Amino acid sequence: MTPLLLAQIVLTLFVFVMLLNSAAIMVYVERKVAAMLQQRLGPYLVGPRGLLQPLADVVKLMFKEELRPRAADAILFALAPIISATCAFAAFAVVPFGAQTTLFGLLGEPLRLQVADVNVAILVIFAIASMSVYGIVLAGWSSNSKYSLLGGLRSSAQMISYELSYGLALASVLVVGNSLSLTDIVNHQSGYWLGFIPRWFVFLQPLGFLIYLTAGTAETNRAPFDFPEAEQELVAGYHTEYSSMSFAMFFLAEYINMVTVSAVATDLFLGGWHGPFLPESLGWIWFLLKVAALLFFYVWMRWTLPRYRYDQLMKFGWKVLLPVAVLNLIATAAGVLYFGA
Amino acid sequence: MVGLTHYLVLSAILFAIGTAGVFVRKNLITILLSIEIMLNAVNLSFVAFGRALGTADGQIIVFFVMTVAAAEAAVGLAIVIGLFRHRESLNPDTFTALKW
Amino acid sequence: MLFYLFAAVAVIASLLVIAQRNPVYSVLLLIASFGALSGLYVLLQAPFVAVIQIIVYAGAIMVLFLFVVMLLNAPHEETQHDERVHPLRRAGPMRFGAILAGALLVELIWALSRSGGDTGAFDGGGVTSVRALGQSLFTDYAFAFEATSILILVAMVGAVVLARAERRGADD
Repeated sequence: MTPLLLAQIVLTLFVFVMLLNSAAIMVYVERKVAAMLQQRLGPYLVGPRGLLQPLADVVKLMFKEELRPRAADAILFALAPIISATCAFAAFAVVPFGAQTTLFGLLGEPLRLQVADVNVAILVIFAIASMSVYGIVLAGWSSNSKYSLLGGLRSSAQMISYELSYGLALASVLVVGNSLSLTDIVNHQSGYWLGFIPRWFVFLQPLGFLIYLTAGTAETNRAPFDFPEAEQELVAGYHTEYSSMSFAMFFLAEYINMVTVSAVATDLFLGGWHGPFLPESLGWIWFLLKVAALLFFYVWMRWTLPRYRYDQLMKFGWKVLLPVAVLNLIATAAGVLYFGA
Repeated sequence: MVGLTHYLVLSAILFAIGTAGVFVRKNLITILLSIEIMLNAVNLSFVAFGRALGTADGQIIVFFVMTVAAAEAAVGLAIVIGLFRHRESLNPDTFTALKW
Repeated sequence: MLFYLFAAVAVIASLLVIAQRNPVYSVLLLIASFGALSGLYVLLQAPFVAVIQIIVYAGAIMVLFLFVVMLLNAPHEETQHDERVHPLRRAGPMRFGAILAGALLVELIWALSRSGGDTGAFDGGGVTSVRALGQSLFTDYAFAFEATSILILVAMVGAVVLARAERRGADD
């Protein structure tokens, strides 16, 4: 058991625990930011400034009774939240969040701050995003109720439609970055042009960034694309029949998917852990700041924009976003060919 | 030591399972699933041979086989939907109109 | 060692696919089988094909199957014969199918093990870099690539046309 292996195991556990914490923090942040945007107070009773609210939520969810409709398919009903949560966590495994570090010289070789360094990392993220459709569609089907089935089918149709634009945005970054490995792409973005503009891909690919964020929002079923789980329309869509910990798992999966999309966007477009004033080894602070900014943007979007109706959503995905993504890819490829970047 | 033969035998087993599925099952969708099993078995042997010969050709052919399988699954399922609308059954034995 | 694990999962899942009554379970078991095959591709040093298998097969084609199963509310298979009778004794295509599959398997294994103990170990690595695959794909196989794109277009149009509901005089 070399020190490096031990450090990697600890790193894996650390990432897992931090993702769980991030979901809890997002619960609080969402409610507080929503409150501020709506000029009210938000949670303030539990703990100082309401900071212990997520803890109260978790305790409440744990003590609720676990229900299952009698006509529901038992195996699939239990499997669906597991698939959702597993895919959400697994997607973060290939996301690097800091430069290599030797932990102040304790380790013999540098440790990559990434659970698994695969050299096809972008494709792995895309693959796991494809698999997370199953959690939703199985939840909708196995509940054996009409709201769930409609919500599940609509949600999964939305997800697979926006996956195309998601993949094309990733492909444009691939053309510019010349590698499928996320670490290589982040390292490509170090340094500055003209001394002060960082070499982030968002400046080379502004349209790609917007397409990625839009498709990512639709993939995670967040507003304004959250029609399938809108309370006013479909009760709660595919997780109508779930309660207690199974519901918590869907909830968790949604927030962690958001964190993953933000983290991947940071790595691909915003330069990952590179930033001024801090040495490379503290780059993860910049990473956290950028991810936090994107998450704030996510929450802001939810409570500001009205929801798309389902057919408008699908029309937008197929007739607007997909052609724009294809044109972006072609333009990027032409640009790389011409400028030889 | 796991060698080429192991992969080929596995591919043969999967192919035989797929063939059995096509003949034994009486549900159109399961028949299509068995065809997918057969295509996957073939993919496995292509990749194994590609690795053994050290070329990229095996993986490229797999790319094409996957594309063809996707196209075939899409059209096959569209046909199944059309047939189901007509006869409300997925049993291939109910579609006997072309039998002599 | 990992090979045997993945191989066992793939074979057992495939056997269960053709043995299950409920089509939804069949689709899910096939996805498990594809996952095991993807692991085998990683063992064969083909990471690109492994990930593409998950994206295309397990992530797209199987979703299509699942949608069709759910939308048609596919009934469980009716059995016109006694389930307890062994497949080899059932009449007609079942017996033929079981015997054919068995014969195919025996024949293939015989042919493959004719190498006389030399298991054909892999010497040298495979081609793992996506760049090399891409270069080969777009230069040597460029025609096949373009033909495949037309194939997908045709399949897309065909699927939409075939699955469209028949309407008498109604417009959409």
